[in-house]
Amino acid sequence: MEENNIILHVDHMTKNFGELKVLNDVSFDVHRGEFLCIVGPTGCGKTTFLNCITGLYDLTGGQILVEGEPVDTKKHNIAYIFQEYSTMSWLTVEENVAFGLKMKKKPKDVIAREVAEVLEMVGLTKYKDYYPVELSTSMLQRVVIARAFAVKPDILLMDEPYGQLDVELRFRLEDELIKLWQKLGTTVIFITHNIEEAVYLSENILVLTNKPTSIKSKLENSLPRPRNVVDADFIEMRNQVTELIKWW
Amino acid sequence: MVKRFHEKAGKYQKAVCAAISIFAFVCIWQMAVAFTKAGLVLAGPIETLGAFFTAILHPIGTHTIEGHILWSLGRVLIGFAFGSLAGTVLGILMGWFKPVSALLRPIFELLRPIPPIAWIPLSIVWFGLGEMSKYFLIFYSAFCAVTMNAYSGVRSVDPELMGAARMLGANNRQVFTSIVLPSCIPHIFAGLQIAVGTSWATVVAAEMVRSSEGVGWVIIKGQDSNSTVQILVGIVAIGIVGYILAVAMRAIEARLCRWSVRGK
Repeated sequence: MEENNIILHVDHMTKNFGELKVLNDVSFDVHRGEFLCIVGPTGCGKTTFLNCITGLYDLTGGQILVEGEPVDTKKHNIAYIFQEYSTMSWLTVEENVAFGLKMKKKPKDVIAREVAEVLEMVGLTKYKDYYPVELSTSMLQRVVIARAFAVKPDILLMDEPYGQLDVELRFRLEDELIKLWQKLGTTVIFITHNIEEAVYLSENILVLTNKPTSIKSKLENSLPRPRNVVDADFIEMRNQVTELIKWW
Repeated sequence: MVKRFHEKAGKYQKAVCAAISIFAFVCIWQMAVAFTKAGLVLAGPIETLGAFFTAILHPIGTHTIEGHILWSLGRVLIGFAFGSLAGTVLGILMGWFKPVSALLRPIFELLRPIPPIAWIPLSIVWFGLGEMSKYFLIFYSAFCAVTMNAYSGVRSVDPELMGAARMLGANNRQVFTSIVLPSCIPHIFAGLQIAVGTSWATVVAAEMVRSSEGVGWVIIKGQDSNSTVQILVGIVAIGIVGYILAVAMRAIEARLCRWSVRGK
């Protein structure tokens, strides 16, 4: 890929908590519109990894550049989807999805149009006047995803968003996510401990080591879409990632 | 549809249970008065209810019972409104601004355990025997309950929600107005619910010390004239109005906080 197409440049990122070294000299690039999955052993510091990218944690060493400038959430349009469903319970589905656009003081007609478009994409138009307390788990997660996509982020960070869902629901939401990503062309960095999920979603997979975390390998995932989890190539890719991630 | 049916059936069941429980209480009361020595020092429910309805038409002192209730309610309303407002503002400020909390919370924690009635003598010295001393006592009781709840409401705002808002472009002021304030509304309502009860109890106590009207006055005058019926008329009025206030407060919360589990 072209050099000028790089949206995120992570350069020798190091993070220590006191004596504990969590991230050790991590460097990689993410290209515009890429769907990158990050996998690694449990407790290897995946969330710390994301929190450094968002600027929530200061780095001990190295730097993170978004479009050539040090990362700044006030300046750069970065959205973050947490493990928990962080919906605002006092706002309706429509108001939740509009939240980011309102914070950015977009004109009312733009907000209405973009919210309607995203709600349609995630199939929540019918439920736009519902409050979170009236929704199911999958709907809540859709609201959070719709809210993140509505602000048309340059980079969307997702921290194991489907970790608490059952398999069927997870598959459905993964397909929805792929559709949104393909339609809007957003750059997605998706953290998961589920190797199958990483192979199903990604264009590239970053495999992390145990603490102190560094990059073990970056794999290109060129399996054709729609992907089939029982396909021989899919299984081979999954096994390849499993071999890399093994610490036992 | 099925859920709505169950909800309706549940409400109906609750109403029936409440009616049975009140009826059983009244029966036990009547039997105790009729068949035991309790009748010597306690009026029965029929006599009390009769006296209550008589008091609606015929004044006790200068007012009918509804007039006394309105006097007490007026005092509660003024003290409660100012106490709740001040408590909400101080609680939120203490919860959000650490220096305010460091400065004021120790004083508040010292004052909080002191019951409002302990302030009666001082309030009379400071504000005299008129209305101001009663307003002060009710203000104090509402203020303590609401301040504590507003404070804990702000302190318990989900940090992940604030993080999500910041990620979506909210600045500090927007996080405060769009996340912190709405998040603590259910806590504030819980405080208001407690405050309305304590305010009502305080006004009765204040009126028993010095007043010429109000339900507290009805009770204390009943004591002076050795009339257990009049005392019970005052107590029944307190119970009914206290219950109506609590129900009204819950209804307001359910209306304003449709989104909250507490509001359901």
